[in-house]
Amino acid sequence: MKRYLPVLALAVLAIGVQLAVTALKAEYLLTQLTMSAYYTMVTLGLCLLMGYAGQVSLGHAGFFAIGGYTTAVLSTAGTAAIGFAPWLSLPAGVAASAVIALVIGLPVLKLRGHYLAMATLAFGFIVSRVILGTSLLGQADGISDVPAVRLFAGLALTGRRSLRVQNYYLAWALVALGLLLAVNLLGSRVGRALRAIHGNEEAAAAMGVDVGRYKLAVFVLSAVYAGVGGACLVHFNGGIGPGEAGVMKSVRYVALVAAGGMGSPAGTVAVSAALTFLSLRGAFGLYDDAVFGALLVAIMLFAPEGLFGLVPARRRK
Amino acid sequence: MSADQILQYLLSGITTGSVYAVVGIGFNIIYSSTGIINFAQGEFLMLGGMISVSLAPHMPLAAAIAIAVVATGLVGVALQLVFISWLKNPAILRVIIITIGLSILVREASLHIWDEKVRALPFWTGSETSSLAVLGAHISPQVLWVLAASALMVGALTLFFRFTITGRAMRACASNATAARLCGIRTSTLVTLSFFIAAAMGALAGCAVSPLTQTQYDMGTSLAVKGFTCAVLGGLGNVTAAVAAGLLVGVLEAASISILPLAYKDVVALAIMLAILFFRPEGLFGGRRAALAGVR
Repeated sequence: MKRYLPVLALAVLAIGVQLAVTALKAEYLLTQLTMSAYYTMVTLGLCLLMGYAGQVSLGHAGFFAIGGYTTAVLSTAGTAAIGFAPWLSLPAGVAASAVIALVIGLPVLKLRGHYLAMATLAFGFIVSRVILGTSLLGQADGISDVPAVRLFAGLALTGRRSLRVQNYYLAWALVALGLLLAVNLLGSRVGRALRAIHGNEEAAAAMGVDVGRYKLAVFVLSAVYAGVGGACLVHFNGGIGPGEAGVMKSVRYVALVAAGGMGSPAGTVAVSAALTFLSLRGAFGLYDDAVFGALLVAIMLFAPEGLFGLVPARRRK
Repeated sequence: MSADQILQYLLSGITTGSVYAVVGIGFNIIYSSTGIINFAQGEFLMLGGMISVSLAPHMPLAAAIAIAVVATGLVGVALQLVFISWLKNPAILRVIIITIGLSILVREASLHIWDEKVRALPFWTGSETSSLAVLGAHISPQVLWVLAASALMVGALTLFFRFTITGRAMRACASNATAARLCGIRTSTLVTLSFFIAAAMGALAGCAVSPLTQTQYDMGTSLAVKGFTCAVLGGLGNVTAAVAAGLLVGVLEAASISILPLAYKDVVALAIMLAILFFRPEGLFGGRRAALAGVR
């Protein structure tokens, strides 16, 4: 049961924040809180990849953008032409992220260390350049006027004010679901295999772990998390711009995972939600990117286990 | 495509390619002495360009460039001493993330010092309108300066590694740090020196291309990725092979403009890199050793 504590805590916290925000008549904050939930989806997936499979990705903004742009294009330009149910664009966006992750992952994950880092960085770079160079994707202007997606029971994925509370809960329910999936996965046979890979690839292989398959599976899974975040955020915001695919965004996700603790999905969700929210509120002003750069360096120098890694280390002494 | 056009593409490709080569060499120098890939390598070109542009109105151009080169070299030394030197056997992932963080900090610091405007150093000789006719193609004299500066750096570096005690000590340090230490070589000093050389070379290249391609605070990342492309294409750790690789990447990139939309220009170099990493990670000219370090 202890395993599900973080999920429970997240649910309680999400409800608590909503009640507090409503009581304080500051419901406008829910907009950024919802957005940070979708960005947290990306870091949660990246946490699985970095913390458990031990693989770095400097291109995860690329998967976020692929998910987002796919659903944006399909629901603005595509629906009239193809004529399918509008909500299908969401799973299509996620599927696009997954398929591209599969295709890229096959060769990329054979690489290690610097090579892997540079290859994923290059992938992110290519995605952002292709977006900037393709008129279907709106080039530098991005895609705007992305319609709401009607889901079930009057619920819709939209930035409309009347549905702000519902969307807040929808977003955080997705994060809770993602977290639940993550802790379940890590507690299972798959989780043990991943930890073995992280510890020592050769040893894991010698014990019969199919290293290549597990790495690829986690890579695709982390891209699915990113794709879900991207696809949902596009409909919530009503648009997407090329900045979402930028290298700086990818680095930011890595920074958030590093700060949250690479082996800790719960820590990643906590740090990522808090810092992304502050950043979206403009708390760091002109120093937004600098804050994340400094965070990255400081964490890696002094607390490579993440912020929460500091606490038990002190207790042990 | 006419012969003139081909020549024009070739020349512009060689110019940008020689800059990529210098970045690639910077990667190699630091990699061979420390095993670290310094993701902040591209930032050194930006710093060199920015510092010299700021100094140029107040002094002769040569002095501004010299100060920029030395100052950037010292920034490289400072980064190494403050952030990297005291880590004992850090995991590769940790150092990668640290150097990426440093590249962001350098970039953001430059943004706040110089703002986001695009700047350019004055042409070293002549102006933007002056051109030389070479076999029917028209090139700016600055192109020759870029080529000369790159050639000078590569030549000096080759001589340095081959004939000076310090250069040979650096090679010893690269091939086996423990054995080098046993021979009485101070490896930590040499590591710091390698950061100085890589940063200073980057700065000079940054000054040389500034009149042609301008300098902006965020130019570092794409240069770093392309420089790394040259480094792996030539074989990581193989200093001089990065030159051939750089010219190749530059020419291919220039040629791509005639076929693909301009916006995809950057994609070409990166696609080359991915292809090389997938199919020939030891580089076009490299031995198996470099490959084994990164791939198995």
